[in-house]
Amino acid sequence: MIVFALILIGMSLFLVSLSFQGQIQTLMNVSLGAMSVFSMFLAILSTAMLLPKDMEDRTLYTILAKPVARFEYLLGKLCGVAAMLTVAMVLMTLFFSAVLFVWQEREMSRIATEHPVAEAAQAEAAGKAPAGVSADLAQKRDLEMSKLKAMTFTPTLFGGIAVILLRAMVIAALTLMVSAFSTSWLFTVIATFMVVLVGFLVPVARDVWQGQAGIGNDLPGYLKLFLGGVTIFCPDMQVFNVVDDIADGAVVTAQMFMQTASLGFGYLAVYLFAGYLFFAWREL
Amino acid sequence: MKGRILGILVIVIWGLARLPIETRISAAQKANRLGDFKITATLRQQAGQAGFIAVLGGLRAAVADLLWIRAYVAWQDTQWGKMKLLFDVCTALQPRRVMFWDNAAWHMAWNASVHALNDKAKVPEPVERWRNQQQYLKLGEDYMLRGIQNNPDSWELYDRLGWFYRDKMNDKLKSAEAYEEASKRPGRLDYVRRQAAIQLAEVPGREDEAYRKLLALYREGEKEWLPTLLKKIQLIERKLKIPQNQRVYIPPEDRLPPE
Repeated sequence: MIVFALILIGMSLFLVSLSFQGQIQTLMNVSLGAMSVFSMFLAILSTAMLLPKDMEDRTLYTILAKPVARFEYLLGKLCGVAAMLTVAMVLMTLFFSAVLFVWQEREMSRIATEHPVAEAAQAEAAGKAPAGVSADLAQKRDLEMSKLKAMTFTPTLFGGIAVILLRAMVIAALTLMVSAFSTSWLFTVIATFMVVLVGFLVPVARDVWQGQAGIGNDLPGYLKLFLGGVTIFCPDMQVFNVVDDIADGAVVTAQMFMQTASLGFGYLAVYLFAGYLFFAWREL
Repeated sequence: MKGRILGILVIVIWGLARLPIETRISAAQKANRLGDFKITATLRQQAGQAGFIAVLGGLRAAVADLLWIRAYVAWQDTQWGKMKLLFDVCTALQPRRVMFWDNAAWHMAWNASVHALNDKAKVPEPVERWRNQQQYLKLGEDYMLRGIQNNPDSWELYDRLGWFYRDKMNDKLKSAEAYEEASKRPGRLDYVRRQAAIQLAEVPGREDEAYRKLLALYREGEKEWLPTLLKKIQLIERKLKIPQNQRVYIPPEDRLPPE
């Protein structure tokens, strides 16, 4: 899975050659998108197998026969997945940073070539170019370079990657919770995918349910009930979906990052606890 | 069973507890122009089912880029209608991307409009061609205005709007106003201030104001003494009948022939 993500990030170098404008942005969008999607897949697929595999090879019984509480067992599993996701994300970030750095350097030299300030100054001094041309050219070059730097290696970008990681951990906790009561790993994978996918539409459901979208008031009762159920039972995945805008140069404040992180940790705690409740009374 | 009931209860309590928090975070994100894209029927149609799911799953920017490449192919085939549809989706997916708005406007107002005016093979009647051209100009203007709505801090979009009103609509007043707005935005290049004054100088009845602006630029020093600015100052001084002794110094090589 990580290899796939790395290949895709590497392939973004080829993809940007297809794009006739905004190559750096295309590179960032494809790479961050790959990290976002693969971390989601990785979280679901790796977590869904944990409990069924331990049951199948009977490791679970050996562990629980020791003085290990079921909560500790689940917590250990979640910590393991979180560590694996962190390592995967660090690897992807390192590779992405290397690709981005190479591309940034190429862009910098292109901008410098397209704005020959020294030559313009010489032409100006020789009276071959109108006065002020070199200053204008230098201003344009500096503007392009500062724009480029402002959109590449920024704290917001790495904060956005941290939010992707947090989202993957939330999805892992959700998967673990589902697998705590599920009897087949396939059901766990499908059910979690469904919940995550619906989770991306939760803001829409919530707005309509609360009548904020301007149409909620006319909805029949059963539909409102359904939307309310979706809002309450599914996690709001859009809250963690900030990286697209970050790649576009949006600046996310530290306070917003903190709010998102707090919510993410809230999800982790609740899903772990609910998973424990499902697992605690489960007959093994 | 007890565990399941308790588990569901915890999820429901958490669902209710997080509701105000998520509403607040969503509102804060929208206020900071994050995730402010609209899910539309055109988006579903243009992106396809897989693309639509990809958009929801965190590949919104990548899907927008791929559709943008498709728009480029449509441009090569001069399929203006298809281009417009794709531009609509791209701008809906990434409303903060100034480049999308800027290029969409340029394609419609410059490329498509000129093509429509010259497309004698498909549209023989000159009136029809002119009407088509006007429609594309309107579309271009619309992209710029909507782009500004979504990116009010962008000097580039105001700059392009000024350019559009100047070259395509011959509306110097609107052009001057757009350049003036561009000059107030962070990161703008110096020429937008000059353009604001230069365009205003062409608006009947606004000569005094334009002269003041041109003089203010002139007084900033020789770096602003560019040929167009000096020419405009001389023309407007003649128009306003400024006495010779009150006129600004113009370097000999930039002086206009006597009236």
